[in-house]
Amino acid sequence: MPAGLAISDFYYILPELVITGGALLLLVADVLLPVARAAAAAGAGADGLTERHRRRTQILSWITLGVIGATVLSLAPFADTHVEVAGGLIAVDRFALFFKVVFLAAAALTVLMSTRYLEIEGASPGEYYFLVLCATLGMMVMAGGIDLVTIFIGLETMAVSFYILAGFIKPSQRSNEAAVTYFLLGAFSLGILLYGMSLMYGLSGTTSLRTMAVAFAGQPRDPRLVLAVILVVAGIGFKIGAVPFHMWAPDVYEGAPTPITAYLSVGSKAASFAMLLRIFLEGLPATSADWRLLFEVLSIVTMTVGNVAALTQTNLKRMLAYSSIAHAGYVLMGVVAGTPRGVSAMLIYLLIYAFMQLGAFAVIVMMRRRDVVGDELKDYSGLSARNPLAAFAMLLFMLSLGGIPPTAGFMGKFWLFGAAIDAGYVWLAVIGVLNSAISLYYYVRVVVFMYLKTEAIGSEPAFSAPLGVVVGVTLAATIVLGVYPRLLFEAAEASARTLGVAGTAIALK
Amino acid sequence: MGEAIAFYTLAAFILGFAVLVIATKDTVHSVLFLVLDFLFVAALYVLLEAPFLAVIQVLVYAGGIVVLYLFVVMLVNLKRPPEAHQDPRRRTWLGFGLSAAILAELAAIALYSSAGAAPAGPAAALPVAGNTEQVGWLLYTRYLIPFEIASMLLLVAMIGAIVLAKREL
Repeated sequence: MPAGLAISDFYYILPELVITGGALLLLVADVLLPVARAAAAAGAGADGLTERHRRRTQILSWITLGVIGATVLSLAPFADTHVEVAGGLIAVDRFALFFKVVFLAAAALTVLMSTRYLEIEGASPGEYYFLVLCATLGMMVMAGGIDLVTIFIGLETMAVSFYILAGFIKPSQRSNEAAVTYFLLGAFSLGILLYGMSLMYGLSGTTSLRTMAVAFAGQPRDPRLVLAVILVVAGIGFKIGAVPFHMWAPDVYEGAPTPITAYLSVGSKAASFAMLLRIFLEGLPATSADWRLLFEVLSIVTMTVGNVAALTQTNLKRMLAYSSIAHAGYVLMGVVAGTPRGVSAMLIYLLIYAFMQLGAFAVIVMMRRRDVVGDELKDYSGLSARNPLAAFAMLLFMLSLGGIPPTAGFMGKFWLFGAAIDAGYVWLAVIGVLNSAISLYYYVRVVVFMYLKTEAIGSEPAFSAPLGVVVGVTLAATIVLGVYPRLLFEAAEASARTLGVAGTAIALK
Repeated sequence: MGEAIAFYTLAAFILGFAVLVIATKDTVHSVLFLVLDFLFVAALYVLLEAPFLAVIQVLVYAGGIVVLYLFVVMLVNLKRPPEAHQDPRRRTWLGFGLSAAILAELAAIALYSSAGAAPAGPAAALPVAGNTEQVGWLLYTRYLIPFEIASMLLLVAMIGAIVLAKREL
């Protein structure tokens, strides 16, 4: 064993090891599968080749699902551990566990969604699934990282995977544009984040967040630290799509392959929130007055701009992009509150949001035909007559995103706004409620198109078994978590409590 | 005192060359200024008693990456004249104004902040001597796990380059 590491460290990072090994295995399987790859991926017109590409995609998605399943199983032994491993670089606690479950669930649903999409696009599945797994690995490291070094490496792994995935459909100009936009702006924002982190390191002399919290505690307010906080907030604000760092989101969401858009808006956002909570609640509780004010302003602006901009969108993916910006604004309320209740509300909301957002995107994937992209609002005109099931599912997802009871979205918002009021930010909650009211306009507009318009100009939605599973699972989660949220609430509260050194979150209040 | 003078001189050169990188019209000149800039950053590392980092800076940045830049510049051959804006004057003034604001802000912060030096990090007692050995030791012991994740990151970048560049897979 190398000095500084113990054999037990490798036991504690078992889930990360499993997913890494699985990703490598997938690459090997991709090469070994006995299919003429070049001809198959090109589609080539011949039915036999397309059929083989289809088989190949299916086999590889089964392997990917197996890897994700094995990773979930490997999380089981750590259900109640609360330790720092690898010399204080990574924490294995309930907080990380909760996020890891969210990431893996989202990844599994994304893979199921992708199968048919890849068949239609004729894209090569091996590299695609490998990158999805690597993005998940990056997220897991981000959620567990309690040291700037680990967090940053995890963030980079996730971000680079997403840059490539956004441009995966090479013949599509929209996809190329999305990748370039995301890459350039992403690299720029990482630079800003890194600058802030280096200031944090320079001022405290350590990269460990928990040591940093001790170093900064009780110090007089240092303007250099305020500058570091501003830079870090700007860097993370880009990742969660907070206004004014949201410019990339609509273009990237519209251009990227739809399953990737779904994963980006759920996984990447949740991971960035995990990073945000780690850095600010664990590393910088001393400056909480400063960053709370920043996040308060950010939250209000993000909610309002996101919702107002979504009102006029005619492309569904673009509309969901603006809506996801608005949702980031709601979630930021939990950070502003900063109490354990606020943090647990954030966890709850991120999980619920994952299900409703992935469900909505699954319906959009369903609309994708060989010649129709199926993401324009008019494609959904009269959908209830053509496919009542898809229309009903979309109806529920839209209502849930808007926060109408008895869906899960209502419970999530209820808990978030409740946490904000609890912490004394009543008017912030009022603005949140007003924003939810605005958002209903554009969510219900989709419903109007599906149920009240009669001219059916859109394409027939194509149902497939994996997509059916995705819609079924997300639908069930959206309803069950709305009607019986207790189990989730308890799990989230237990997770939120483990954040920080023995109740940093509580000390903030 | 001597160290401070050396630091500020180097910092001034770094900033000066950085400005030249974006100020020159010729792309090749700009890349060459970038090389100079990287070399001065390397000198800064020497000043910080990190000779290994300095060497890496010269090898990787001033050497490898700049050569790549030059390749791209020569392949793309940017002969296009810079685009004329409708009102270049106004933009310049706006730029100057914003820069001055940021500069004032930074100066205020510098003035306001106490001149106290940052607390020195816990000097870990390493079992090896020599800068290179110490960096290697830390990478393969304390930071082994992030180091290995970085290897996954490189693999992702490699596969991404192949996926994006190859016409058909």
